Amino acid sequence: MMVNGEKERVSLLVSRGSVDAVSQQMASHPQYLESFLRTQHYILHMDGPLPLPYRHYIAIMAAARHHCNYLVYLHSAHFLRVGGDPKWLQGLEVAPLRLRLLDNINKVLAHQPWLTACSHIQTLLKAGEQCWSLAELVQAVVILAHCHSLCSFVFGCDTDADFVPLSSKSPNGTPPTFCPCDAANGNTNVPQSLATPSEHITRRRVKIYLYTYLNLIISFAFIISFKDTEEEEEMICLADPSRFITDPDFCYQEFARKEEDHFQVFRVQDYSWEDHGFSLVNRLYSDIGHLLDDRFRSVATLSSLHSDDLKRAIWNYIHCVLGIRYDDYDYGEVNQLLERDLKLYVKAVACFPDSTKTPVCPLRWTPLKTSERIHINLLIMEARLQAELLYALRAITQYMIA
Amino acid sequence: MEKMSRVTTALGSNAISGRTMFCHLDAPANAISVCRDATQVVVAGRNIFKIYALEEEQFVEKLNLRVGRKPSLNFSCADVMWHQMEENLLATAATNGAVVTWNLGKPSRNKQDQLFTEHKRTVNKVCFHPTEVYMLLSGSQDGFMKCFDLRKKESVSTFSGQSESVRDVQFSMKDYFTFAASFENGNVQLWDIRRPDRYERMFTAHTGPVFCCDWHPDDRGWLATGGRDKMVKVWDMTTNRAKEIYCVQTIASVARVKWRPERKFHLATCSMMVDHNIYVWDIRRPFIPFATFEEHKDVTTGIVWRHQHDPHFLLSGSKDSTLYQHMFKDATRPVDKANPEGLCFGLLGDLAFAAKESLITSDANRKPYPGGDRRYPMFFFKKPDPTEQFAHVSSALSVFETDLDSHRMDWFVKTAQLYLLSGKPFAELCDHNAKVAQELKRPQVSTTWTMLRIMFSDPANLATPGPNHNLGKLGTLPLMNSFSLKELGSGMGAESRLERSKGESRQDNIHLEPGNSYISNNEENEETEGSEGHPEYMFGDAELDDDDLYSMEHDNQTEEQEYTLPQEAFQLRHEIVDNLSAPEHLQQDKADSPHVSGNEAEVTCLTPIESFSLISISQPLFSPHLPASFFCPIVREMLSYYAEQGDVQMAVSVLIVLGDRIRKEIDDLTQEHWYMSYIDLLQRFELWNVSNEVIKLSTCSAITCLNQTSTTLHINCSNCKRPMSNKGWICDRCHQCASVCAVCHHVVKGLFVWCQGCSHGGHLEHMMNWLKSSAHCPAGCGHLCEYT
Repeated sequence: MMVNGEKERVSLLVSRGSVDAVSQQMASHPQYLESFLRTQHYILHMDGPLPLPYRHYIAIMAAARHHCNYLVYLHSAHFLRVGGDPKWLQGLEVAPLRLRLLDNINKVLAHQPWLTACSHIQTLLKAGEQCWSLAELVQAVVILAHCHSLCSFVFGCDTDADFVPLSSKSPNGTPPTFCPCDAANGNTNVPQSLATPSEHITRRRVKIYLYTYLNLIISFAFIISFKDTEEEEEMICLADPSRFITDPDFCYQEFARKEEDHFQVFRVQDYSWEDHGFSLVNRLYSDIGHLLDDRFRSVATLSSLHSDDLKRAIWNYIHCVLGIRYDDYDYGEVNQLLERDLKLYVKAVACFPDSTKTPVCPLRWTPLKTSERIHINLLIMEARLQAELLYALRAITQYMIA
Repeated sequence: MEKMSRVTTALGSNAISGRTMFCHLDAPANAISVCRDATQVVVAGRNIFKIYALEEEQFVEKLNLRVGRKPSLNFSCADVMWHQMEENLLATAATNGAVVTWNLGKPSRNKQDQLFTEHKRTVNKVCFHPTEVYMLLSGSQDGFMKCFDLRKKESVSTFSGQSESVRDVQFSMKDYFTFAASFENGNVQLWDIRRPDRYERMFTAHTGPVFCCDWHPDDRGWLATGGRDKMVKVWDMTTNRAKEIYCVQTIASVARVKWRPERKFHLATCSMMVDHNIYVWDIRRPFIPFATFEEHKDVTTGIVWRHQHDPHFLLSGSKDSTLYQHMFKDATRPVDKANPEGLCFGLLGDLAFAAKESLITSDANRKPYPGGDRRYPMFFFKKPDPTEQFAHVSSALSVFETDLDSHRMDWFVKTAQLYLLSGKPFAELCDHNAKVAQELKRPQVSTTWTMLRIMFSDPANLATPGPNHNLGKLGTLPLMNSFSLKELGSGMGAESRLERSKGESRQDNIHLEPGNSYISNNEENEETEGSEGHPEYMFGDAELDDDDLYSMEHDNQTEEQEYTLPQEAFQLRHEIVDNLSAPEHLQQDKADSPHVSGNEAEVTCLTPIESFSLISISQPLFSPHLPASFFCPIVREMLSYYAEQGDVQMAVSVLIVLGDRIRKEIDDLTQEHWYMSYIDLLQRFELWNVSNEVIKLSTCSAITCLNQTSTTLHINCSNCKRPMSNKGWICDRCHQCASVCAVCHHVVKGLFVWCQGCSHGGHLEHMMNWLKSSAHCPAGCGHLCEYT
């Protein structure tokens, strides 16, 4: 009953166009969607040590690591709406030092999380005037991990491809998500071809805005408050995600055997989410542990065609390519249960969720049903989220002991 | 080896001796266990599996069980246990899911004895039976517990918890067949080893994983559990339902819990994360640890009391790769650093202050408080050993009574009871309240009320209260319909207009067709009738509130009613009685609900100027005057002043009486804060009626919702007996109208009355009319229904 009601609610909202593309994709798993949205809302909008513009800027930085236009635009809009300084959107070098300091751990967590070390934490916490507090850092890390993994989902679901960035010359047809608010702004009456640039921007921004998720109170204040010049400027700002990152060539590398000697393999039996990660993250950023716990739990109990063994194989495989090993798992099972195409798909989505880079090989895996694909994507997202959190939290633990 | 005697060795003449000492291990430890005679300890971890002898001055490595050039994962131990009967027998739980037993009597270097690879996931815990040599129990991440007979190659029984991962398993010390298992989802289960099909008992002990459990060594029924929710709980298992008898809140998730030998109420805990200390608690004093061991630099992973009859030695292993023996006498006693001071205000202004006796006695003037006897610590040990009890902290309690007079808060109670906050014209309310304050000898407050009346009353009324009343009486005339429309926007008139229009719309609904009244009121009435279909509205908000204490006084004031904001609740029964005989009176009450006050809030602050211009038709202009809004800043300051002074009663009372005149001037948060404080005070003085009135009269949504908690009524469909979720009168499942009137056979969307004898019923009016003329149920069931 609950599920049905939720489904109806979600489908209603989808039909109204007030749910963003990501939520639409997840709507086939309403229970999961609920815990996902609750977490996202909590980390971006609710009580926390970081100021709101910081949170969205960190999200922008995280999404920019994977050139995820969709999330970069979404959070840029949010960033401005919560009163962030538009100048920051010109690039990372304009942002405050504190945020620039975060770039390193952002880079490492996004691509090679096993490199995350105590020293990263130390540089952030011991940066003199511009230092981070432990609580702020934990929230930042949670946002980073959340957005990195969300990039995987967006990439896996092709949401990013649907999203036409500002710089592209031919925006096609009506906005994908139509909403009465558009009409209220008089935008629908403007023929596409005749629309002046600034109108176009406004329209576009409305569209960006509509991508925001469930239950957002709609205020058009920010749209109206921008003058044309600023809009022009901002259009440039929003053009290229790579301005929010440094070292763009840094990307995933095989966690090879030889590295295992260098970097000790992460053993889940020594540092697990349930026993260690949860307690630490919940202590430094209250309640987030329960919300994340809820996400991991609900993704594990998603009803799907896949057997539990297959789910576990996918989960452990993702953790394996990110350098996390389970003592009690026979990795031979991965090869037995996962066909080659699926394996390549999982790895590509988990490690290279970036459409600007040529994938290691074309994605040939074609699931029977879209919901199956979404389910796999959800698994990838959550496994990646947990992996990044585990690495980051272990580094923080080591820092606290040292 | 023969089975050894079941009698445990008491601590003999060769008592254990030693000192606080430690040794470095090569690798982090995951668990430790001690052999029965307390001379050796085994340390196990991912990369370590060693036996150390406990000597007087130091640990001496006796044996390294981790052999082979590249040891397999079978050596990677999550848990280890030394058999308490058979001194050569050890068992380990391996992280790869294997359960391994080790025989120290083996001549070869590799002491591995048996290997059970039945679990699919990491084994979290192994446990030998306390008296049975060959019985071993394991609990695993895969959710299963297995019982092994060491003489056989396979497990003899498998227990499925049907919950999530098993975190701990412990055989009962006293009940031969019983064991307890704790789970990752917060459950604890009790099993009979002979019945693998089903647990004997299950209860939820913690939110989140229960990492550990431990049976009390002496008391048959006590089980201590520790969880990720940072709690240690002690359960009495002798009763039918497991009963929580003690609870200790620690500062980090509890990884291990171990009862202290020979001390009935003591237990030791350590944490898995963040906190590296070991705490020994007296469970009767849950707020401060009895003793603390602070030696470890990383989390403590294993704790064990060295001998099962010696409370003075505790061994611990840690992730910081050290093994410690702690002497109890060297422990830190947090209570020594605690401040046994406390301070509390009493309801009547008294101040109680408790402080360490040594600090107080120097004060010669102190008189012992007559009523409060000094309470000694509530427990004693039979043999008073200073290290074994909480330091005798006796605090002296002083109570300072208020100087002025002993019943200083009387005025508060009296004022709260006597003030009128609504139900009369504004000026009369002010006068009344001024009089109340005057009688209680509070001239300042009294003057304030009078001034408020002057400021906000319109001049006409001030000069001649007569027309005011005339106007009120006029309202009851049938012609008022057109009159009230003319009055739109007039000062005092606006309220009465609102009132009347409510009456009208109600009247229309009953007698004629609805339509010519204000939209807002239509909406209101519809909602009251429940046609919007929310189950909560089934009987209308107002009806749900069965508090009629204020409506009584209201009823007798029909004359003034045109001026009142009818905020009172009324009883359902009351309304039914009055329904036909006095419709007009009822209608005003009827329209009363929180929604109305919402509408009223939208009426802008009315100034006397407007009203003056209208009333001046019949009244001559008196004198120049200031608009009421002129006073708003002053009044706002005045309210803040009273609130600051601690007289939040005044602030709230004025706020309510002035209503819209001042509400917009004060931000919602402040208002809410005042309301909350006042309601809190009222409830402390047990002035429930006043507090409820204040809640009702408040306009803050956060406050008004206070008396709507748990007023939802859930109903089931009369056809399919399933809960009705969406609408109150049509079932989603069977698509039948659930509540059909037995008289007119239409759906009842508003009030539904039914006979408790035969369960038939229908529209209230229809049922009343029917039962006036007939004694039998309208449904034809033959039941003699009765309507009273």
